[in-house]
Amino acid sequence: MGHSETHDPNIYYVPHGSRWPIIATLALFTTMIGAALTVNKVAVGHYVLYAGLAGVVLMLFGWFGDVIRESVKGFYNRQVDISFRMGMIWFIFSEVMFFAAFFGALFYARMFSVPWLGGEGDGVLTHEFIWNGYSAAWPTNGPLKIGGTFETVGAWGLPFLNTLLLLSSGVTITIAHHALRAGERGKLLVFLGATIALGALFLYYQGVEYYHAYHELGLTLGSGIYGSTFFMLTGFHGMHVTLGTIMLIVIWFRCAKGHFSRDHHFGFEAVAWYWHFVDVVWLGLFLFVYVL
Amino acid sequence: MQDFPRRRRMGETMKRIGTMMTRLAFAASALAFSLPGFAAVDRWKLNMTPGVTEVSQQVYDIHMIILWICIVIGVLVFGAMGYAIFKFRKSKGAVAEKWSHNDKAEVVLTVVPVLILIAMAWPATKVLVNMADTRDAEMTIEITGYQWKWGYRYVDSGVRFISSLERNSDDTRQLGSGMDPNGVKNYLLDVDRPLVIPADTKVRFVITAGDVIHAWWVPKLGWKQDAIPGIINDQWTLVKEPGIYRGQCAELCGKDHGFMPIVVEVKPKAEFAQWLAAQQAPAAAPAEGATPDTAEPAAADAAPTQG
Amino acid sequence: MAHDATAHHDDHDHKPHGFVNRWLYATNHKDIGTMYLVFSLVMFFLGGLMAMVIRAELMYPGLQLVEPEFFNQMTTMHALVMIFGAVMPAFVGLANWMVPLMVGAPDMALPRMNNWSFWIMPFAFTVLLLPLALKVFFGIGGGGPAGGWTLYPPLSLQGGDNVAFTIFAVHMMGISSIMGAINIIATILNMRAPGMDLLKMPVFVWSWLITAFLLIAVMPVLAGAVTMLLTDKFFGTTFFSATGGGDPVMFQHIFWFFGHPEVYIMILPAFGVVSEIIPTFARKPLFGYQAMVYAIASIAFLSFIVWAHHMFTVGMPLGGELFFMYATMLIAVPTGIKVFNWVFTMWKGSMTFETPMLFALGFVILFTIGGFSGLMLAIVPADFQYHDTYFVVAHFHYVLVTGAVFSIMAATYYWLPKWTGRMYNESLGNWHFWLSTIFVNLLFFPQHFLGLAGMPRRIPDYNVAFADWNFVSSIGGFGFGLSQLLFAYIVWDCARNKSLAKATDQVWEGARGLEWTVSSPAPYHSFVTPPVIDDSKLAHGDVSH
Ligand code: HEA
Ligand code: HEA
Ligand code: CUA
Ligand SMILES: [Cu+2]
Repeated sequence: MGHSETHDPNIYYVPHGSRWPIIATLALFTTMIGAALTVNKVAVGHYVLYAGLAGVVLMLFGWFGDVIRESVKGFYNRQVDISFRMGMIWFIFSEVMFFAAFFGALFYARMFSVPWLGGEGDGVLTHEFIWNGYSAAWPTNGPLKIGGTFETVGAWGLPFLNTLLLLSSGVTITIAHHALRAGERGKLLVFLGATIALGALFLYYQGVEYYHAYHELGLTLGSGIYGSTFFMLTGFHGMHVTLGTIMLIVIWFRCAKGHFSRDHHFGFEAVAWYWHFVDVVWLGLFLFVYVL
Repeated sequence: MQDFPRRRRMGETMKRIGTMMTRLAFAASALAFSLPGFAAVDRWKLNMTPGVTEVSQQVYDIHMIILWICIVIGVLVFGAMGYAIFKFRKSKGAVAEKWSHNDKAEVVLTVVPVLILIAMAWPATKVLVNMADTRDAEMTIEITGYQWKWGYRYVDSGVRFISSLERNSDDTRQLGSGMDPNGVKNYLLDVDRPLVIPADTKVRFVITAGDVIHAWWVPKLGWKQDAIPGIINDQWTLVKEPGIYRGQCAELCGKDHGFMPIVVEVKPKAEFAQWLAAQQAPAAAPAEGATPDTAEPAAADAAPTQG
Repeated sequence: MAHDATAHHDDHDHKPHGFVNRWLYATNHKDIGTMYLVFSLVMFFLGGLMAMVIRAELMYPGLQLVEPEFFNQMTTMHALVMIFGAVMPAFVGLANWMVPLMVGAPDMALPRMNNWSFWIMPFAFTVLLLPLALKVFFGIGGGGPAGGWTLYPPLSLQGGDNVAFTIFAVHMMGISSIMGAINIIATILNMRAPGMDLLKMPVFVWSWLITAFLLIAVMPVLAGAVTMLLTDKFFGTTFFSATGGGDPVMFQHIFWFFGHPEVYIMILPAFGVVSEIIPTFARKPLFGYQAMVYAIASIAFLSFIVWAHHMFTVGMPLGGELFFMYATMLIAVPTGIKVFNWVFTMWKGSMTFETPMLFALGFVILFTIGGFSGLMLAIVPADFQYHDTYFVVAHFHYVLVTGAVFSIMAATYYWLPKWTGRMYNESLGNWHFWLSTIFVNLLFFPQHFLGLAGMPRRIPDYNVAFADWNFVSSIGGFGFGLSQLLFAYIVWDCARNKSLAKATDQVWEGARGLEWTVSSPAPYHSFVTPPVIDDSKLAHGDVSH
């Protein structure tokens, strides 16, 4: 059912049923089962995992395809638009809290667990009885030097470059947004394209940095608490940049196809918000993971 | 499935149900008056133990204070509610009034609880600060939790041993053992080698674990403390009266979490000194070499400890 | 297609046809709400069955039925199933059904996502229960997780293959909860009928608005915590091991940063339900509506700064212990306001005692008892004795079973006539209440004594000194469990039995609010055009003065 033919704000719009949610569920289920089998080293595990992931991708195309078609046909009134906006904002908030867990782990390690192991404050006895000889410092891989000696990635090399890249991508996407609002499609496509390129470049340098860390610095995911927090934070951030870049690419094509009008382009804005969020998280990372 | 419940129990079950009602009534009134002597009735014990140390007594006192405060508030609130339920029922012709707020009442009912809470927090803070003070301890004992036994080390003398569930309980507690727990003395609360400490002495415990988290708890001492691998927690006790005090591991630590009891034997100072000397003689040499290293619990485990 | 809100909606033709269209592709908030509620009931029985295994083993000293390892699996799974499978989905189901009706919306704001939120749940529980089911039914593998629902490392990492399944199931539940919460927030903020100001919304809606915020704030933190468990076990990180500079206690901090708000996620909607029911059956407006709303908000705020009260015995610095003690105690103030205001609502009312009211009154008393024991637990030195004993078990079952679950039952009886169009069997409802109340107290009150007397929690066997109260508790448990069969029967009967009395639109004499202006059963599509809000018919009367 759908009261779709109307823009009348006094009449509600309710979308009709859709097969995508249940497909999404099955894809998610397959992915999770596959992941569980994979980490448990069951031989077929990763096939199941890939099948699930493929399902997720397919589902995203299908589901968003439906939404885009309905949107282009003008089914969505202002109320729907606001619901979408709220959905995106709260989704980003949930992502912030996800990162908060890992930042929390980083702060806890730096402010409490590592100093305590080194005998500061409440850790006097822990130090005296168990970890005598360990002196607390950051970075550290703990009293048992888990993962062997390592060096850290300096802040002012690639990470700083990456900071500049992401910051400028924040600028280019804003310019693109202004261009969209001004109805200048050429400029829009150029600056959106530039944003994508900056994102991709960021990912490339992050790859280089990881390679460097693993092969030359001895810094791995298994390098004690430093390696754990370093790779989990930057890794999850990198995944979000990847996702954001893919979203930007999709949006670029939608812009090229002329899906967005000057005052009706929530899809664009959602991606832009997401990109800014990824940006801000990086600033936190740069400060707390690399600089301090 | 086993032949459960054992036949003897079925009869007992009926008897229990028979006496249950009277006992429940007795129990309820006993709680209300919190008779100190009641603790002697073992199987229907209702309340916390006042314990055998100054700290445990303080803990018990604070427990009773907050319990009574809650009971009084409960009586008032539920009393008002009960009155309303009986008085303002439609079947009695009550007609609903229309008012829906009263600022004065709301302020009072916010401020009064705050005052009550302060009255509770004050003594609690005092007790806590006292408990945290492990200074001036006369001896230190290191406690290490393992799956599923306790390691003890007298830090100053180097005496160390492992303490685990006593045989009789261990046999009885097996699934389908067919043995009756009622026939086992101190079922599940007895160990092969109790921890021995001197009376009238401030003893500091440093507590850790070798594998997963455990918690060392003897109710009569008034506290429990988690035993965490790689971390040391400290606590202390000072028991005046010699005696035997029992407790259990109080943090889920795997399948036999329920089967790693603690027994503390408090001996008069002189007797304790004798006991310690006796321990030192044969066990001193091998025990001194090994230092506790939680990274290698196996090493500590393997230390020849059984005397 | 514009319908008048009060017109009759016997638009069966608008219902999607066929099972697949109606249920698998569902976008209707009532259908999705129904699915949530049915799922939750199934999970309640499953979790209850596990509790019955626990109580049967604990009936006598000695091991009679299960190995200790399996006992621990029962404890762990019982809690996970009850919390994530029974209580949370039940409240989401109630929100789905009632929030659009209460604020004058046509449906949820994002109906397709709503469908996804629901359907993830049964699959998440398939993942969660798989290892246990394989063990129980086919003897494959080592069974389910056995480290307690709190999943503390290093113990939880000692589990075998089930660890990954548990973690991924938690991820799925998190995704579902977050999307469900987003939907509820968007519905409340964006879909209200004109004139339904925020401070005119029913308290149930308010409670859910705040609960949804809590969910979005803390479910991702849980996801992060279990992700760290996953990498610690499989990918060599050392978040939770001192050997690498981490700390097992760090997990507990992160977990309880989620865990404490989580327990309020399970009680705030209950407060909402009770705040709807008591005014209806007291025939008097809710006392102190604004204070009630602010109290919920304060509880939610405080819930973020009290988490370490679950960790008083881990050896925190003294300052930390004191801070968390004081902050925790403060929660008694806003919660007290709620309890007092319920009593004031009854005062000088004109009360009747239909089943929903009975459960609501039972809630007020028994939840408050659970709150008192919570307050006692907050006192650090006393908690050194209480912690990890049956005193804690008694506390949280009073707030969860006679709190959350009782409120869910109250809500079911309250709105069932609106859902089915028929009155449930009132005398059976009364029986259900009295049996439940008597047995539940027999079940959980003695656990206070056991805990104080020194019985630790999470043990399959105990000294004979604890035998008698355990026996009483088990009898209460079986009684309470069997009484719930009555509940299932009453609900089923009301849904299916055509000979029951038809419900009026208003259903209860004292009922106020938009949901009572539509027909019973509620029309398939709620408000197709925005209803007109009549202030005098709001649930709390006119709240503007
Ligand atoms: C719905 C769930 C719910 C709710 C609402 C609560 C409410 C509270 N809980 Fe509870 N709690 C749990 C679920 C819940 N809890 C669970 C599941 C656990 C165990 C988890 C695990 O380990 O597995 C737990 C454990 C737990 C602990 C840890 C115990 C331990 O492991 O050692 C503590 C300690 O502070 C605590 C405290 C409180 C307090 C102070 C409240 C307060 O919110 C209560 C406030 C209410 C009142 C006080 C009553 C009404 C007030 C008045 C009538 C006003 C006047 C009163 C006074 C001034 C005294 N809870
Ligand atoms: C919302 C949450 C919730 C709910 C509703 C319940 C409901 C019940 N819980 Fe529990 N419980 C927890 C949350 C909950 N619990 C948590 C969080 C823990 C801590 C876990 C941990 O330590 O990690 C716990 C732990 C816990 C323990 C302690 C285990 C231990 O420490 O080892 C016990 C023991 O008695 C218990 C009992 C019960 C009982 C008897 C019920 C009853 O109310 C259940 C009643 C329902 C039914 C019985 C189902 C319906 C009826 C049938 C299926 C018909 C068949 C009936 C018969 C054969 C009689 N629960
Ligand atoms: Cu050791 Cu529990
Ligand atoms: Cu809590």
